[in-house]
Amino acid sequence: MNDVQNPIYKTDALIAEDIDKYLDAHQHKTMLRFITCGSVDDGKSTLIGRLLYDSKMIFEDQLEALQADSKRVGTQGQEIDFALLVDGLAAEREQGITIDVAYRFFTTEKRKFIVADTPGHEQYTRNMVTGASTADLAVILIDARKGVLVQTRRHSYLAQLVGIRNIVLAVNKMDLVDYDQSAYLDIVQDYREFAAQIGITDFTAIPISGFKGDNVTDRSANTPWYDGPTLMEHLESVEVSADADLAKPFRMPVQWVNRPNLDFRGFSGLISGGTVKPGDAVRIVPSGKTSTVKSIVTFDGDLTEAQAGQSVTITLDDEVDCSRGSVIAAADSPPQVADQFEATVVWMADEALLPGRSYWLKLATQTVSASLQAPKYAVDVNTMEHLAAKTLDLNAIGVAELVTDKPIAFLPYKDEDGTLNKTLGGFILIDKITNQTVGAGMLHFALRRSQNVHWQALDITREARAGMKNQEPKVLWFTGLSGSGKSTIANLVEKRLHRMNRHSFLLDGDNVRHGLNKDLGFTDTDRIENIRRVGEVARLMTDAGLIVVTAFISPFRAEREMVRQMCAEGEFVEVFIDTPLSVAEERDVKGLYKKARAGDLKNFTGIDSPYEVPEAPELRIDTTKMTAEEAADRIVEYVLGW
Amino acid sequence: MARALTHLERLEAESIHIIREVVAETDNPVMLYSVGKDSAVMLHLAKKAFYPSPPPFPLLHVDTTWKFKAMYDLRDKAAKDAGMELLVYQNEEAKERGINPFDHGPLHTDMWKTEGLKQALNLYNFDAAFGGARRDEEKSRAKERVFSFRSASHGWDPKNQRPELWNLYNAKKAKGESIRIFPISNWTELDIWQYIQLNKIEIVPLYFSAPRPVVERDGLLIMVDDERMPLKDGEVPEMRSIRFRTLGCYPLTGAVESEAATLSEVIQEMLLTTTSERQGRAIDKDAGDGSMEKKKQEGYF
Ligand SMILES: Nc1nc2c(ncn2[C@@H]2O[C@H](COP(=O)(O)OP(=O)(O)OP(=O)(O)O)[C@@H](O)[C@H]2O)c(=O)[nH]1
Ligand SMILES: [Mg+2]
Repeated sequence: MNDVQNPIYKTDALIAEDIDKYLDAHQHKTMLRFITCGSVDDGKSTLIGRLLYDSKMIFEDQLEALQADSKRVGTQGQEIDFALLVDGLAAEREQGITIDVAYRFFTTEKRKFIVADTPGHEQYTRNMVTGASTADLAVILIDARKGVLVQTRRHSYLAQLVGIRNIVLAVNKMDLVDYDQSAYLDIVQDYREFAAQIGITDFTAIPISGFKGDNVTDRSANTPWYDGPTLMEHLESVEVSADADLAKPFRMPVQWVNRPNLDFRGFSGLISGGTVKPGDAVRIVPSGKTSTVKSIVTFDGDLTEAQAGQSVTITLDDEVDCSRGSVIAAADSPPQVADQFEATVVWMADEALLPGRSYWLKLATQTVSASLQAPKYAVDVNTMEHLAAKTLDLNAIGVAELVTDKPIAFLPYKDEDGTLNKTLGGFILIDKITNQTVGAGMLHFALRRSQNVHWQALDITREARAGMKNQEPKVLWFTGLSGSGKSTIANLVEKRLHRMNRHSFLLDGDNVRHGLNKDLGFTDTDRIENIRRVGEVARLMTDAGLIVVTAFISPFRAEREMVRQMCAEGEFVEVFIDTPLSVAEERDVKGLYKKARAGDLKNFTGIDSPYEVPEAPELRIDTTKMTAEEAADRIVEYVLGW
Repeated sequence: MARALTHLERLEAESIHIIREVVAETDNPVMLYSVGKDSAVMLHLAKKAFYPSPPPFPLLHVDTTWKFKAMYDLRDKAAKDAGMELLVYQNEEAKERGINPFDHGPLHTDMWKTEGLKQALNLYNFDAAFGGARRDEEKSRAKERVFSFRSASHGWDPKNQRPELWNLYNAKKAKGESIRIFPISNWTELDIWQYIQLNKIEIVPLYFSAPRPVVERDGLLIMVDDERMPLKDGEVPEMRSIRFRTLGCYPLTGAVESEAATLSEVIQEMLLTTTSERQGRAIDKDAGDGSMEKKKQEGYF
């Protein structure tokens, strides 16, 4: 095998005979999205190259290039290295590995396929998950010489976690074990035992050689003992429930409000479940308001019915409050609403999860602030054991509770009956500073029904309280190195405000660390919690109408940003007390720098723990250029708007 | 009654979803419009995404002054029909220096297209730009995300792409950074043609065969589209029945001999051919292996 004399590009006889008939048939072919995954070098990319080649999807010019490339950078000497058809990045070709997912497309007479070739290296697990999240089927490759490896387990677990129902176990490189049946059977047995542990009860095992082509599209004479389908036969015939979403109640997350003129107000979105017709009763979630569908508007004319998988614009009979992030749903079966959840989280960033830190959470079209608790446990992908964990590192998978800053519409990613709700149950986490996607998660359930927790409506409003004090509530958030002068200046500010009959309150380390936060130490996690609590207290005080002054080092941008988000618009004033480290260290009023330098104080900001300088503080006080008194005057002027 | 959606209907819905996400989550999007068939489909999808409103962003054509005349005609008409503003950008420096495909080789593409694009995006402060690239076109494109990030200097870092799960797109970015969005990433060439046929989308007539004046150069059939084309000694344009599989600057785009004058015939011919679509583009040939990736890292779309 592995001869390149085959006819190259496939042409269906019907194309030449009756193109319109062919096109019509082609349009109605079903589609299978699948991935190849498994450990490093198990032959995933080679297999896909082989599938493309065997299904005659390679053009002449591409084949010529492949032959030349194979000789130059291939891993198979003079022979064709099919992986080069797929590993398209320069770095991949140089190293002979896959770094990021490649999406390839091919068609046979029976089906269309989108295949995502995912990387085997653990380092690039996030790219594997990217490919897996939209796949219907996973081909898990195993090198027949190596058997089930950690990455085989990790990928199987991830595939099952994101809800891939169809698993193919391709025992590859059979050519290197002389097509030995017992080697094959041992691996299948091994895998079966592992698979059962993670809830994969059913899979199709096939002995193949991606390199030589055995049992890929053609049945191999080398494995007379195998009478199952070839990989291609299986891919072409496996059942996929493309329309499982149709049976669900109607749901459409609103992406965009379409308002060309005063007479038209439509809600645009991709229907994630069920069907909808004009006249249907709908409920807007989270608000809970109900209305009736007036029309379903599309460029190609109004529809009498629309269904899951279509992008449409819906108009309603009433002027209900509905905007991006709302979900329009069947009135009698809306999604749930909550702000506290348990979820499985896959961590995808080099910087580990920081429990308590505020991240953006995006679910369907909703983006909210969310923070995670320390994980309940992390999963050991090798043994499936639950391990105690304080955080999640790159590529770790764990279960944690999370809280959002406002209630969101959601569904469990997997219902008890196994139904998948990817749209309303899957979310990503985004770092607020770097903007990177740092994690992905799947919601299990709400921790309590927050529908039942109503805010105690206050008869006396915060405006009334502030009005009585004749002032605008503010949080003056001082940040800067230890010894930069925060407390000194904050005290002077308070004195001046007091003299002017303004009602303020100073929160600083001393009055907080001894009481409210005495359970907290100085690890990153504790520092975040310290700031979170202070932020919450400060916010309550602004509700009471006070001007709150805080003096904490607060070294991390993300936490200062978190407090800013907690506060009402415009009430948070970041005051950067800018004193260079050398100056603060020289002053060393409390002798702390000396101790830190001597190694007696750990995690000391500026020494062995970073200080992230504010990027756009409302006020920057350069203490090398002005006295504490002058600084206090500046700040007071700013607060009172002079 | 609900029925199984066809593959094209699903692709259409997915693309519309992507286009709307960008409008909802970015400040100042623009659609790169190159007047080719992929652009035509992308523009059509944008019209569908926002109907009855016109698409809430302008079209940007990064012009090289060397496109086929028929492309300029359709460009202006398509923008007008869509009710969208059309921005045309030409790199002033390239213009002054008279950069052209005959004398300047790769510099032509670099200055007019790559540099021109960067300049235009900076000039208008666009933070998101739609492009009509497909993953099936080229092997480094097969690796690119739907939302693809560019640094403040417009570079692409292929080794550090954001994970992209389900249909959730992270559009957050720092000031100065921008995103390229490829709403038709998952379409194949055949999908594009079938969609054009089913939706009766107007495309440049050059895609259909007709007798046109050509000369043969370096194995490519080059159409003599205007008088700026310098003829070499002994070169005499001859009329041949040709069409184009892909459109760019006329001196750089190879034609194929063909009798396919209708969409069905074009599709049939495409399905029967044995060479890939980009083969007719001189630009992909000049740097060999990995050239597209390199261009993208430098800011080519
Ligand atoms: N003999 C033999 N070699 C194979 C077979 N399949 C793959 N190989 C070789 O194994 C090596 C690794 O193949 P790849 O296809 O790059 O492996 P991969 O699983 O895609 O690797 P990563 O994506 O980097 O994890 C290459 O040298 C292949 O030529 C096979 O069936 N038989
Ligand atoms: Mg690979």
